[in-house]
Amino acid sequence: MIDLRGKSAHADRAFRWVAVGAAALVLLVLGLIAVVMTDKARPVLAEMGLDFFTSTRWSAPDVLYGALPFIWGTLYTAAIALAIAVPVSLGVALFVTQIAPRWLKKPLVYMIDLVAVVPSVVFGLWGVLVLSQHFGLGRSFLTAGIILAVMITPIITSLAREVIETTPASEKEAALALGATRWEMIGATVLPHSKGGLVGAVMLGLGRALGETIAAALVIGSALGQITTNPFAPGNSMPAVIANEWGEADDMHKSALIALAVTLFIITIVVNLIATSIVQRSMRRSRGKV
Amino acid sequence: MAVTQAANKRAGSPSAPGRIQLERRSAPALDETEAVFDVENAEVFYGHFRAVRDVNLKIYKNQITAFIGPSGCGKTTMLRTFNRMHDVIPGARVAGKIHFHDVDLYGPEVSATEVRRRIGMVFQKPNPFPKSIYDNISFGPRVNGVSNKAELDTIVEKSLRSAALWDEVKDRLRNSALGLSGGQQQRLCIARTIAVEPEVVLMDEPCSALDPIATARIEELMRELKSRFTIVIVTHNMQQAARVSDRTAFFTAELDSKNDQRTGILVEYDVTAKMFSNPSDERTENYITGRFG
Repeated sequence: MIDLRGKSAHADRAFRWVAVGAAALVLLVLGLIAVVMTDKARPVLAEMGLDFFTSTRWSAPDVLYGALPFIWGTLYTAAIALAIAVPVSLGVALFVTQIAPRWLKKPLVYMIDLVAVVPSVVFGLWGVLVLSQHFGLGRSFLTAGIILAVMITPIITSLAREVIETTPASEKEAALALGATRWEMIGATVLPHSKGGLVGAVMLGLGRALGETIAAALVIGSALGQITTNPFAPGNSMPAVIANEWGEADDMHKSALIALAVTLFIITIVVNLIATSIVQRSMRRSRGKV
Repeated sequence: MAVTQAANKRAGSPSAPGRIQLERRSAPALDETEAVFDVENAEVFYGHFRAVRDVNLKIYKNQITAFIGPSGCGKTTMLRTFNRMHDVIPGARVAGKIHFHDVDLYGPEVSATEVRRRIGMVFQKPNPFPKSIYDNISFGPRVNGVSNKAELDTIVEKSLRSAALWDEVKDRLRNSALGLSGGQQQRLCIARTIAVEPEVVLMDEPCSALDPIATARIEELMRELKSRFTIVIVTHNMQQAARVSDRTAFFTAELDSKNDQRTGILVEYDVTAKMFSNPSDERTENYITGRFG
């Protein structure tokens, strides 16, 4: 008989189990975080009910925990950050990939990536010294938004650059060969092609902006109860509150802070889901039915 | 020079075996129509590498000119000089005279976008945009200033009809172009190119990714289109050059003794019927009879 059993597949099997194990571990950790956090958040939610999300008063001595100002602060600063960071990142990414001469490209990319590794506390202190004091912006939503923008720009730029580079040269040439200018070529091929990836890049930036703790805590102003669109007003954000208050919190207070964390977690997930569905719908529309 | 020697040498072999059979065409009308391109001593460099040198030829109006030759002989490189597609490649440089009607294509006041509007290009791999069929065709007219919906509709229909694709796609203009077959996609790309009413259509191995049936349709289309456009086609397929073209330019790569690089040169350029039956240069003869390349 012919022996068709071939090489032993032990290594393949071992690799498979390592891969499955790693994937399972991630899910397990994520699940544990969700379960434990929700569990610890339950006391404050039982106490406050939905008021936790809608009330604006946050006072540990009175056992009143209304998280709305912090939710607002988080979303507002993140929105300011995106409003600044997205156009800048996109511009830089397009410049590096489409316009910059070759000799400039490498150093530029290197420097942008370098900004990404600066610790956030450094940005926070720089914000206090330069933006708050030197430029007189004080501690405010705007100061926090600008700092967050500086922090997330390199991430968005880096990812956007890589996504943009994947645009097939053949499509770009097709557009140019029809008499399109470089900008029209970018609008017709590069941006539609990279749309999904670009939104992904922005979402990662947004995720970081929503969750950034120490830099925000240093410059946002730690004001309680502020819900205003005035960018120069001081406010507070969820991660900043958690960092500032955890040290001297009693049990119910801790539960409230954990509930803030869970809220942040949920907001991030919801924002991501919405973004994904927007992208998918717009891609389906622009590409036409297959 | 090598060229004249070769020309003398080959006189003694009237019908070498393996020669491609030419289909008999009714008296090929090959007047020297108006020259669309006039190329003198053209060279193309990629950085310090010289990819093509010493190209001298004229491309005539409403004729199909084929560039043939082995891989790396610079025929695609030469084709891309005609619509300034080298501009987008960092380090690429074109030297020598390349005139489009009496205008230097590489003159300081010439806009590459305007050049490409007048000199369109169909690529080797069908490259429709990941958009609807309609949007693919209307893109060119749109970037060239047509915004009227009715006008765009007319252009889309006319272009698709010219590319013999209308009947196949008229009921699904809003569907993605990527749902079409390879041959249909290539005809769509041709329709997209002629939608901007260019004067010249450059084709870079337009059938190399297609099956024989789709290839035959494209060739038929080219014969139809040449009454309206001047066509320059690069092809690996000698039979294709023999079937569709009026004139053929044979390129080959030669080792440059000075710097040990292989540089493309134009060996011979003539009426296709002559190139395939009675070429003047031995290298052309060897290539078309399949002895090398």
